Amino acid sequence: MTSEKTDFRTTIRQSLTATQNGTVTILSSLLAVEDLLGYIPLEAIEEVASLTNSTTNEVWGVASFYTNFRFTPPGDHVLEVCWGPSCHILGAQNIVKEVLGTLNLQGEGDTEDHTFTFKYNTCLAACGQAPVISIDHQLMGRMTPEKTKERILSVKATGEKGKRQNG
Amino acid sequence: MTKAFQKLVEKSKAHLEQIQSKPRVRISIDLSGLAAGALDILNTFKDEVSANKLDVTISEVGGLGLNYAEPLVDIQNPGGPRVFYNNVTPDQVPSLVREHLIEGNPVLSGAMAVETRDPSLDIPTLTELPMMKGQVRIALRNAGHIDPSDILDYIAAGGYNGLNKGLFEMEPSAVQEEVAKSGLRGRGGAAFPTATKWRFLMGSPGPIKYILGNCEEGDPGAFNDKGILEGDPHTLLEGMILAGYATGASNGIVFIRHGHDTPIERTRKAIAQAYANNLLGENILGSDFSFDVEVSLVGESYVSGEETALMESIEGKRAMPRYRPPFPAAYGVWGKPSNINNIKTLAYVPEIVSRGGEWFTTIGTEKSKGTAILCLSGTIERPGMIEVPMGMTIREAVEKLGGGVPGGKPVKLLQTGGPLGGVLRGDKIDIPLDFDAMAAAGAILGSGGIIVGDDTVCAVDLARLLVAFCQYESCGKCFPCRLGTTHLLQILDRICDFKAQPGDLDLMRQLGNDMQVGSLCGHGQLGFNPIKSSIEYFPDEFAAVIEEKRWPTKNYFPDFFMPDRAKRNQQTETFSSLRRA
Repeated sequence: MTSEKTDFRTTIRQSLTATQNGTVTILSSLLAVEDLLGYIPLEAIEEVASLTNSTTNEVWGVASFYTNFRFTPPGDHVLEVCWGPSCHILGAQNIVKEVLGTLNLQGEGDTEDHTFTFKYNTCLAACGQAPVISIDHQLMGRMTPEKTKERILSVKATGEKGKRQNG
Repeated sequence: MTKAFQKLVEKSKAHLEQIQSKPRVRISIDLSGLAAGALDILNTFKDEVSANKLDVTISEVGGLGLNYAEPLVDIQNPGGPRVFYNNVTPDQVPSLVREHLIEGNPVLSGAMAVETRDPSLDIPTLTELPMMKGQVRIALRNAGHIDPSDILDYIAAGGYNGLNKGLFEMEPSAVQEEVAKSGLRGRGGAAFPTATKWRFLMGSPGPIKYILGNCEEGDPGAFNDKGILEGDPHTLLEGMILAGYATGASNGIVFIRHGHDTPIERTRKAIAQAYANNLLGENILGSDFSFDVEVSLVGESYVSGEETALMESIEGKRAMPRYRPPFPAAYGVWGKPSNINNIKTLAYVPEIVSRGGEWFTTIGTEKSKGTAILCLSGTIERPGMIEVPMGMTIREAVEKLGGGVPGGKPVKLLQTGGPLGGVLRGDKIDIPLDFDAMAAAGAILGSGGIIVGDDTVCAVDLARLLVAFCQYESCGKCFPCRLGTTHLLQILDRICDFKAQPGDLDLMRQLGNDMQVGSLCGHGQLGFNPIKSSIEYFPDEFAAVIEEKRWPTKNYFPDFFMPDRAKRNQQTETFSSLRRA
């Protein structure tokens, strides 16, 4: 095993023990890993299993149940579009259509150059500002397809990685 | 008043005086404010204040609920009026700082309201605003006014008074009786009498018993639980501690969806401050009552808001409902006796204990006491969160406070009580906000989300969206729900593709019936509700799409986009291949 791999495991282990306050469970541990990495790597499944004294099967069962978890690294920026009824009525479908076109995607997923990950959110809880999207966890309300495209292009133009990759 | 509490009150008074001696800027930083760009406003204010070397308190407060007016800022100089500025843009900030903060002249052109009548200012008071008029704010009494991250702000506003009274002047059973007297009923949807629920837990053996505060709030269109935690997290904590005292519980858990950062951070901070001031932990305020509270986060799963699924989730498992019995009061989280209350329900408790149950009964109707906390969104003039007395009609709340549909058009439909609540036709909204009257009319108040649709909204399209949500969020435990919602969605998809088959409506009714009798929780039992209510109220629109193959209104989306759970499972395959490698 290379030292790089060992470091990765050490980082995961640290995130599991250092950042969790309160009761430690499989779910709380997975959320801690997601906060750190933005996804759940195989190593984390094993580390969580050993920390919580459960099987990898049990951990995998929880991780695949909650729709916020993913198992490969996300793109540099995570774009979420709310598809709740308030946003729907005010045109969220048109925003999704624009996003898919701009990012050249068929549905949820990562762009080919891995700069963007698109996902739906069932409610971003800012219904008074519908339709709502979020980029790298920053909420944006009263959106239109045009404004969404502008935001995507301006984020792309900065060339930076998102501050928080988790969603 | 006990010495320990007396000291806190004095400290809070000194704190308040100190704050009032300096100019104060309050900026609404809640999820809605953030979506409206409040963070830019906050940063611009900070920059301007430091550039001008001013000694000003800038407070990040929760929302007043006036979502249409965000970003919302209010400014008050010592001894001067507190002026509210609506829809503030970063460009406006330098002049607000210069004219109001430095020169002491409120900028009338951008001002929406003033806190108390000021003869020199020709603007309405806050309570005269159309969206505030008629509100009775109990759970939201402090939201937007106090700094949610400062426990002294809460105490200075009368906070923890109820707890002090409960702990030192009342027996636990007297606290429960006070809540019984108030007639408080659960605000999570079931409207079960809170004191009766508490009584179940009182009879359960200790020493470990749990009070669970449910802020999962997965219903799209509802954000009032999160709104309370963002604006006034201590009111929840105080209510929870009182519930714990009344029922002899030892632990409290606040249950929140991961990813909603402002309510989570503010609740965690409030808990830490409560511990630091001996309002949580061992021997609270020197009494012999001890109580611990922690936050438990959940991943994205709608069903985790169901009370037994919630307990599975707290234990770190998949959020799937349990069989009942045993009921939570006997066998709850970690197998210990538990009591689950909605955030709104618990947020009323401090005021009920401090002002008496009798007082609470003066608000509301015969069988629904107190207030309703509603979230208005959709095609509405003034979206936001309001707290109005029970008994007000839904029409009054939507049209008078919310301003109705923009342009004075009629309300075509309301989507209430979350996606499972289905729709209500615009001419049926003269019913009062009252649990029993609404149930009798076939409407669900649920968590309080009210989404308004104008005449452009297509009932068939909206029904498909609601069913898509139910399908996506089915936890999968009961196959009538898992397969039923999937089948319902397939049928609606083909109806919307103008490929309806004969008997599709009957087939959906049959499926809906099977789901109702064969599912463990409300998700499957009510999963047909969106279609049922839509067909009942808008049969013409279904006929237009099914038979005439045309869309009856202009707000519809034939290329319907939604997340695909099956595609997520392909990630699973990627993962398995990794595993084998």
